[in-house]
Amino acid sequence: MTGTWKPGSRAAVIGVPFFWLTVFFLLPFMLVLRISLAQMDGALVTPLLTFSEEVLTVRIHLTSFVQLVTDDLYFATYLVSVKYALITAVICLAIGYPFAYFMSRSEHRWQPALLMGVMLPFWTSFLIRVYAWKSLLEPNGWVGAPIHASGIDEVLAFLGMIASPEQLMYSPFSLVLGMVYTYLPFMVLPLYATLSKMDLRLIEAAQDLGATPWQAFWRITVPLSKSGIVAGFMLVFIPCVGEYVIPELLGGPETLMIGRVLWDEFFSNNDWPMASAVAVVMILVIIVPIAIFGRNQDHAQEAS
Amino acid sequence: MTSTLSSSESRFLQIREVVKDFGGIRAVDSVSLDIMRGEIFGLLGSSGCGKTTLLRMLAGFETPTSGRIVLDGLDLAGLPPYKRPINMMFQSYALFPHLTVWDNIAFGLRRDGLPKEEIFGRVEAMLKLVKLEKFGKRKPHQLSGGQQQRVALARSLVKRPQLLLLDEPLGALDKKLREETQIELVNIIKDVGVTCVMVTHDQEEAMTMADRIGVMDEGVLLQVDVPSELYETPNSKFVADFIGNVNLMDGVVVDDQASSVTIECADCLHYVGHGITGHIGLPVSVALRPEKIYLSREEPPGPHNRVQGVVKEMSYFGSYSVYFLDLPSGARLKVSEENDLRHRDGKPTWGDTVWASWPSSAQVVLTH
Repeated sequence: MTGTWKPGSRAAVIGVPFFWLTVFFLLPFMLVLRISLAQMDGALVTPLLTFSEEVLTVRIHLTSFVQLVTDDLYFATYLVSVKYALITAVICLAIGYPFAYFMSRSEHRWQPALLMGVMLPFWTSFLIRVYAWKSLLEPNGWVGAPIHASGIDEVLAFLGMIASPEQLMYSPFSLVLGMVYTYLPFMVLPLYATLSKMDLRLIEAAQDLGATPWQAFWRITVPLSKSGIVAGFMLVFIPCVGEYVIPELLGGPETLMIGRVLWDEFFSNNDWPMASAVAVVMILVIIVPIAIFGRNQDHAQEAS
Repeated sequence: MTSTLSSSESRFLQIREVVKDFGGIRAVDSVSLDIMRGEIFGLLGSSGCGKTTLLRMLAGFETPTSGRIVLDGLDLAGLPPYKRPINMMFQSYALFPHLTVWDNIAFGLRRDGLPKEEIFGRVEAMLKLVKLEKFGKRKPHQLSGGQQQRVALARSLVKRPQLLLLDEPLGALDKKLREETQIELVNIIKDVGVTCVMVTHDQEEAMTMADRIGVMDEGVLLQVDVPSELYETPNSKFVADFIGNVNLMDGVVVDDQASSVTIECADCLHYVGHGITGHIGLPVSVALRPEKIYLSREEPPGPHNRVQGVVKEMSYFGSYSVYFLDLPSGARLKVSEENDLRHRDGKPTWGDTVWASWPSSAQVVLTH
């Protein structure tokens, strides 16, 4: 940037986030990784290094990882987590894109109010908002009653989203509903940011060249908002994979997600190495999409 | 207008009493205009004069509040932009940043569903026309301003529109490049033979490029003429002042003959060698271009068309010099003199008292 920056301040600018990531991300991750390679020894985990009789022994127990691979439960649970996270992200995109689009194209004086509206739910505790869905989805609840009256519950039951028409709660339906509801703002905000700074003359140029409004939308608006779509998708998908509270409150027996397994290993089984192994693999599951996102960003930066 | 052919040629594009209101503000006020086939027409005016709104109504981005626009017999009312045989080169180009140069140019052809081979042929021909054959694979941001301008031109010409619209076509280029590009742009447009309406706030650009110019102010089309007529016979104080430099002097008619008129101003008596539609006592303005005034130390024969003043400022511009004289009433007179001799004796300088004089054909009398 400017040549007036001293080398010291330049190092500080890079150093602060570097320090932050090292201390609060890399070190804890190394600790978790280290525990995942141990075994429980009473209330403690076995040490990685032992030194006795002039022999340095490195003991790496792969027990947890072997169990992770051999026991179908874990693989199935990862799959369920990724599945519901993907479904949630896709639904959030389908609802959030038109939402953000109309927000960004509405009159400028209304936009701050609309933006406020998107962020307003954050002012109430997340736990209360999720818990509220329990009573809303009761058969005579404010949301449950119209769903029964309109016969939508029959459709949901037919699709296998709920076990029976009477039972909306503790089903894939209530789980996805809760996650979409909670994470929708994380989809809307990056999309709104991308769409609102888009040059509208590009749309006019496309129409001038013979594109119908619909074609202009798919050929110009959507490709140019790709970075917002990817950012929103990641912001919804990543936390949803490891989500614990929403499946716990709204999910049912068939929606066992990896966050719950992690909890059980830590607090019910007291098997720290197993819990750590589950966490390490979960991070890998999440890091792959982030790496794709990162590459995407590089391309986008090249283009802009 | 004796034959039907000549009348249709002269009225290729007809704009009839077009009005555009934006929430109580009249942006375009009853503009009527005929544009000929193959003509480059310039709409000239300062920002906010309504020229861009008029252009956007031609493109279909704005709907006229009232009035008609007819292109070669086709009434454009109700036609959306994507159905009009009109293409526009946007101000600062509006190139699609995510598409290559090639795909930018092919965009319009693909929307028309043309066969692949034809698209290929026409895009390649366009790239050749604007001398960008080697740049097809680049993205717009990898091009210079001048190259981007040529891509925008190619993109707006490739569909062979009946009417080409240019919105401040050279506004985003620096001065030197602008001058080179003006001629190049005109040559390409004339080669293609497309009828063209351009909008600009730069009178020099309009004069260089356009066959005819319409001057707009506050939504009204004040005068439509070829550049030389616009300069030599402006019909209003605004046009006289907007096009080039001018000295405007207010006065009243004191003698009104069939082929001459005498006007008394604060500092001098104007004798104008042509008649006007007016009467004695009518307040008028006299427009006098700086280059039509001569400076001398000797008193010219009187009593008309001369004034004495003191040189207050002078600027040397190489091929000509500009003098500002203080007149007895306190008004200033701008005079430009050609430097046709390397060292002229007795050239006026700061503080000199000199005579300025002009022939009776130099002035234009303006009643509004």
